[in-house]
Amino acid sequence: MADDLGLWAVPVAMLGGAIRVSTPYIFVSLGECLTERSGRVNLGLEGTLVLGAMGAYGVSYLSGSPWLGVLVAAVAGAGLGVLHGVLCSLPRVNDLAVGISLMLFGTGLAFFLGKPFVQPKAPNLPAIPLGGWIEQPELRAALEINPLFVVGILLALALAWFLGRTRWGLILRACGDSAEAVRAMGYSAERVRIVATLAGGAMAGIGGAFLSLYYPGSWNEGLSSGQGLMAIALVIFARWQPMRCIWASLLFGAAGALGPVLQAVGVTWGYYLFGAAPYVLTLGLMIATCSPTRSQRGAPADLGITR
Amino acid sequence: MSTAVSATPAGESAAGRRLAWTGRWRPWAEAALPTIIALAVAAVIFAVFLLAAGADPLEVYGLIWTGAFASWFSIQNTLLRAAPLLLVALCTALPARLGLLIIGGEGAIVFGGLAAAATGVLLVDAPFVPAMLLMALAAMLTGAALISLAGWLRHARGVNETIASLLLANIAIAIFNHLVEGPLRDPASQNKPSTASIGDDHMIGLIPGTDVHWGLAIGVIVCLAMAVLMRKTTFGFAARMVGGNVRAARLAGLPIGRLVIAVCALAGAAGGLAGMIEVAAIHGRANASLNTGVGYTGILVAFLARHEPAAVIPVAILFGGINAAGGLLQRRLDLPDATVLVLQGVLFVVLLASETLRGRNLLRR
Repeated sequence: MADDLGLWAVPVAMLGGAIRVSTPYIFVSLGECLTERSGRVNLGLEGTLVLGAMGAYGVSYLSGSPWLGVLVAAVAGAGLGVLHGVLCSLPRVNDLAVGISLMLFGTGLAFFLGKPFVQPKAPNLPAIPLGGWIEQPELRAALEINPLFVVGILLALALAWFLGRTRWGLILRACGDSAEAVRAMGYSAERVRIVATLAGGAMAGIGGAFLSLYYPGSWNEGLSSGQGLMAIALVIFARWQPMRCIWASLLFGAAGALGPVLQAVGVTWGYYLFGAAPYVLTLGLMIATCSPTRSQRGAPADLGITR
Repeated sequence: MSTAVSATPAGESAAGRRLAWTGRWRPWAEAALPTIIALAVAAVIFAVFLLAAGADPLEVYGLIWTGAFASWFSIQNTLLRAAPLLLVALCTALPARLGLLIIGGEGAIVFGGLAAAATGVLLVDAPFVPAMLLMALAAMLTGAALISLAGWLRHARGVNETIASLLLANIAIAIFNHLVEGPLRDPASQNKPSTASIGDDHMIGLIPGTDVHWGLAIGVIVCLAMAVLMRKTTFGFAARMVGGNVRAARLAGLPIGRLVIAVCALAGAAGGLAGMIEVAAIHGRANASLNTGVGYTGILVAFLARHEPAAVIPVAILFGGINAAGGLLQRRLDLPDATVLVLQGVLFVVLLASETLRGRNLLRR
């Protein structure tokens, strides 16, 4: 494989890897971004992602339609999201702790319900061959793009417009910066946050559907390699801006693709260490930008995570 | 309930007795009631879930009892699974006393286990006691370094300790996998990459008359020691004061940074020790069996015990029992092994929701 391209195979495979690996990152980070802009943290998106992956795969297998599977994944994610939102609206309930509990609950439920779907093969999502005119097989493979990747980018544009240019976006951002101001405006901050968590959960569910229906494209208990956990990190990295979530996801996707790519060209050293690159990147960024005396630039002021 | 309630003297008035009742039992009842309500609600929700999944809830609960506590065999199995939970729960429970939410227990376990195995391989010819002590020391130091780093980042840089500990745990697991499958791998371990064996002579033995290793006793002793430390010493009082009101603690001149780092180090040391005991009592080497989500169950144990080190003991045994029953559910009722995970998830979610009941007057006079 790597003979004809030589070392160029590494960046080309990383480009392809970045596009493929980043799609679930895009969806979870956009979901988390929306939720955090309303002033809540959902630490449980890993559970949402896994449950979405299982639901999508199961429905795709039973109905024969992968797109119905994507829809079900979104609904399942919205279900966990609304549960998170409502629980956190109760007084004295900590949103980080609820997130951890829903992560355990979501993965447990997915493993329970997904047991019968480990063996059978479900119809996967189709790919768009953007590079059909290119003769080089590696480059053509790298440019095979899943429709969900395009949907993710459109979603980021829509979210940026929604948050920055609409009345409801303003109210949502106000919730994140000062719940009291929203109350004074006559809206319920809790209700806005529940809706934001619901929508964020639905997005994370779609990210899970990508995992099970496109890449890697099967369902098993080790399907997610912590993409849901990375959501928090990605949003911090993207400074709570939807468009920057795309760049952060591509960067993390490329970092995540580094290990397998190097393995493919014969470099087997440090496979796991390269896999941890996104975590190190995030921790380094948090250390560099946090301060005990002020909250992070771009962060919603009412967000528990930055205080 | 560990409070001893003495019988009221015969001569006391009814009002006096009522006062004694409120004085002695009320705080315990108020602390326990939301937890008891949560357990009952979780049991009902899980029963409905089982009905929907086509299983008989009564049969399932019966089997959990059988698999966890009904026979000497199942009790021993339960205690074996409770042993690591006792220690790793402290990894969340101790920092919670300072108001920190640390969820890096899984990282402390794998680091501790790896450090213990690496030390054990070097000391394969050393006498038993020094080898054990050095293995435990190495495990506790690595675990402590990992978690106190999260505490230090919180104090010095204002980095959220929950996220930091989660990231550090994942980095620790990556380093663990790298070393176990690379530099520290025993070439003889074909299917399951592992470090070399620490030697059969250096395994922690069994408590006489049982199939349970001494690690359980160590876990219980550490939990009790931590309970005394947090309840009865100046250090524990200072730590709880930081958790209660950090500004008051600062005004009182307490060294907040040092307290945060010291408590996080204790928490990480407990998690590391859990890893060392798993290596030295069960596996004999470090491999992927260390990284099976015990750390996450430990978070749940800590929350259910309300971050009280002494209360961790019964809760860890309860969860050891639930885990021990998983296999029986799978064999008898053909339920997926994740049934236990669903039960734990439901319990955790309901338990956190029950926090909202606290501070309300559930016990009207």
